[in-house]
Amino acid sequence: MGTPPIGAEAREEERAAYLDETARKFGISVEDYLLPTDGSIRILDETGAIRPVAEQGTAPGHEYPLPEGDDLLAAYEALVVGRRVNDQNSALVRQGRMAVYPSSHGQEACQVAAALCLGEDDWMFPTYRDSVAVMTKGIDPVETMTLFRGDWHGGYDPKKYKVGIQSTPLTTQLLHGVGVAHAAKLRGEDTVVLAMCGDGATSEGDFHEALNFAAVFKLPVIFFVQNNQYAISVPLAHQTAAPSLAHKAVGYGMAGERVDGNDLVALLAVLRRAVRLARDGHGPLLVEAHTYRMQAHTNADDATRYRQDAEVQEWMAKDPVTRMRAYLQSESVLDDAAEARISEAAEAMATRLRDGMNEDVAPDPEDLFRFVFTEPTTQLNEQRARLVDELARDAATDTEATR
Amino acid sequence: MTVTTSSDANGNVSAATARATERAAENAEASQPQPVTFAKALNTALADALEASDDVVLFGEDIGTLGGVFRITDGLTDRFGEHRCFDTPLAESGIAGMAAGMAMNGMRPVVEMQFDAFAYPALEQIFSHIAKMHNRTRGALKMPIVIRIPYAGGIGGVEHHCDSSESYYAHTPGLKVYAPATVADAYRMLREAIDSDDPVVFFEPKKLYWSKDRFDLDALRAEYDGGAPASRSEGKAVIAREGTDATLVAYGPSVSTAMAAAEAAAEEGRSIEVVDLRTIVPLDDATVAASVRKTGRAVVVAETPGFASVASELVARIQERCFHSLAAPVLRVTGFDVPFPAPKLEEFFLPSVDRILDTVDELQWEA
Ligand SMILES: Cc1ncc(C[n+]2csc(CCOP(=O)(O)OP(=O)(O)O)c2C)c(N)n1
Ligand SMILES: [Mg+2]
Repeated sequence: MGTPPIGAEAREEERAAYLDETARKFGISVEDYLLPTDGSIRILDETGAIRPVAEQGTAPGHEYPLPEGDDLLAAYEALVVGRRVNDQNSALVRQGRMAVYPSSHGQEACQVAAALCLGEDDWMFPTYRDSVAVMTKGIDPVETMTLFRGDWHGGYDPKKYKVGIQSTPLTTQLLHGVGVAHAAKLRGEDTVVLAMCGDGATSEGDFHEALNFAAVFKLPVIFFVQNNQYAISVPLAHQTAAPSLAHKAVGYGMAGERVDGNDLVALLAVLRRAVRLARDGHGPLLVEAHTYRMQAHTNADDATRYRQDAEVQEWMAKDPVTRMRAYLQSESVLDDAAEARISEAAEAMATRLRDGMNEDVAPDPEDLFRFVFTEPTTQLNEQRARLVDELARDAATDTEATR
Repeated sequence: MTVTTSSDANGNVSAATARATERAAENAEASQPQPVTFAKALNTALADALEASDDVVLFGEDIGTLGGVFRITDGLTDRFGEHRCFDTPLAESGIAGMAAGMAMNGMRPVVEMQFDAFAYPALEQIFSHIAKMHNRTRGALKMPIVIRIPYAGGIGGVEHHCDSSESYYAHTPGLKVYAPATVADAYRMLREAIDSDDPVVFFEPKKLYWSKDRFDLDALRAEYDGGAPASRSEGKAVIAREGTDATLVAYGPSVSTAMAAAEAAAEEGRSIEVVDLRTIVPLDDATVAASVRKTGRAVVVAETPGFASVASELVARIQERCFHSLAAPVLRVTGFDVPFPAPKLEEFFLPSVDRILDTVDELQWEA
């Protein structure tokens, strides 16, 4: 192994060359490459019509070709299923079948695009709100919901699906994404990681550390921020004075882009380009999607305490599902037969969720001790024996009582 | 087992003890192998682990070109390349969080926290993810991570450089906590920590870094040819010194202080046994209890502030297991419940030989 170059100067050259090379690829300056375009990238307007190219928010070096029709139909199906998942899960919480469900109602376009932009070997690091993204990436819906049903803190094998367990401590998962990407890079694999967080979470320290690490180590990570305007009750203006969350990228030497988070077509275009760039060695990137949390933070929250109904109504008109449906119908990609098939798929998913969540799986108290370490310690075995004994005595007392 | 007296930073070892140790060392000189420092043992363990598996990666602050502020990673970047041993930006949460992600993707990261108190920004990642990931995923994800922490006092360090922070980690389910006290254990236990599929917080007593011990390091290294040796340190306390009248229970930096106290007590005619825990989690209750049942008296020695600490846990467990063998209440010599003091005051804070001997005197001998 050769000695690495020593001293600040040698390293400085290396640093500058990396960004120059990427910007040159697009024929623009480093600043123009790093900064988001003036507005959000938006391909469909609120009625689902294609906007004139000049009004799509693109700029030189930030161009986005329109995705293909068939591809969009599959994405639309995921969108409709995602909406059904949100509404079914919220209903299950009301019925007491689930402990909690942070719904992504209104954000389904972001959810679907986050999963569909990735290749099979790519990883995703979702938050508590991203159940629909997790399912769209192919994880069994009941395994996904295990966490919210309260059976265990996670219901799937992250390595098998290449999806982290939905993270609750804000932005901690971004660093896990950085680590996965770093390991892959050291092994010479071309894995891309998409790491997700909300607008409020961008104030957390780990957001900064993750972006900085990813940029310094030049890792293929896409940081995907769903700016749904609120962190529980706190609006974005209380989180940041930056012109936009995408602008935060430039401080790390990373490219940022803003996209209409209710426009599935634009989301797919922007995220796919980001994935391509990252895979080609131009990562990391930050993508901010402008969207809205249509429902309360969770079932335990009362959104009327901090926002006006008029605001919610305004966003109702920007609904990602109706917009996409209108577009695909106008393009004759979506006909009645396809719509019926998709509704059926959504219903089948809802049934699967209801059946799964209504099933009472008795937890095994001994599981408490099984997974703390790879092998339980002597102390854990003693505690397990004590619990088992206690349960046996309880059972004996119960039998006695019923006799 | 020899324990050196470099720990006498407190200046509390009697002159006679120091002379005796010196004499013993001189006599042994001719026949024994070259002395090895604690730092060298750690450095060798890291190098051998890097050699043994491509999955092992080292990162932290200043550990690359510089070799770490304590030089524990000296020469490793040169020898193994920057992709195996590298500097990160200054961000401890980032270091721990990235380690968690790398572990998810097949690596075995060994990270260095520059000093004990500078690991605190990493606690969220350590407590909420590294400690819990295996449990959360029902064993699907292992976290084979070693978090090396130069720790504790005795070096006259300024604030934030001397904390005994082991109790925080030991309190957190899912973390293994290692605290080697001897040079040979520094090598053995670091190799074992790196081989472990569980996350290990590895406490390196700073005051021991330059302590030396004579043993055949190459012979110890050879035990690892063809995989980890069968003998383990984890959860296996050792009797560092045999005795019959009372037991001193210690780990990490306090073992050498306890050994010096036992030596001094012997001169006063008291036979003291010293138990070196080696790992705090998992804890070897059996060895501790067997010793205390034998001697009937115990003092726990630790630098950590005593309140709600590893020392309190040890006292409780000894009492639970040895009540009927005890001739006196179990006592503690720990740091006071104050923030770690400034250099000129640390000698009043740290468990000293005299304080240990005074406490041993309080074990109701007259009866
Ligand atoms: C470290 C941490 N602090 C606080 C919380 C409590 N909390 C959960 S969600 C949330 C709001 C996050 O808002 P945002 O990032 O915008 O995501 P959204 O919920 O809107 O999707 C807060 C404060 C937490 N989960 N983690
Ligand atoms: Mg939000």
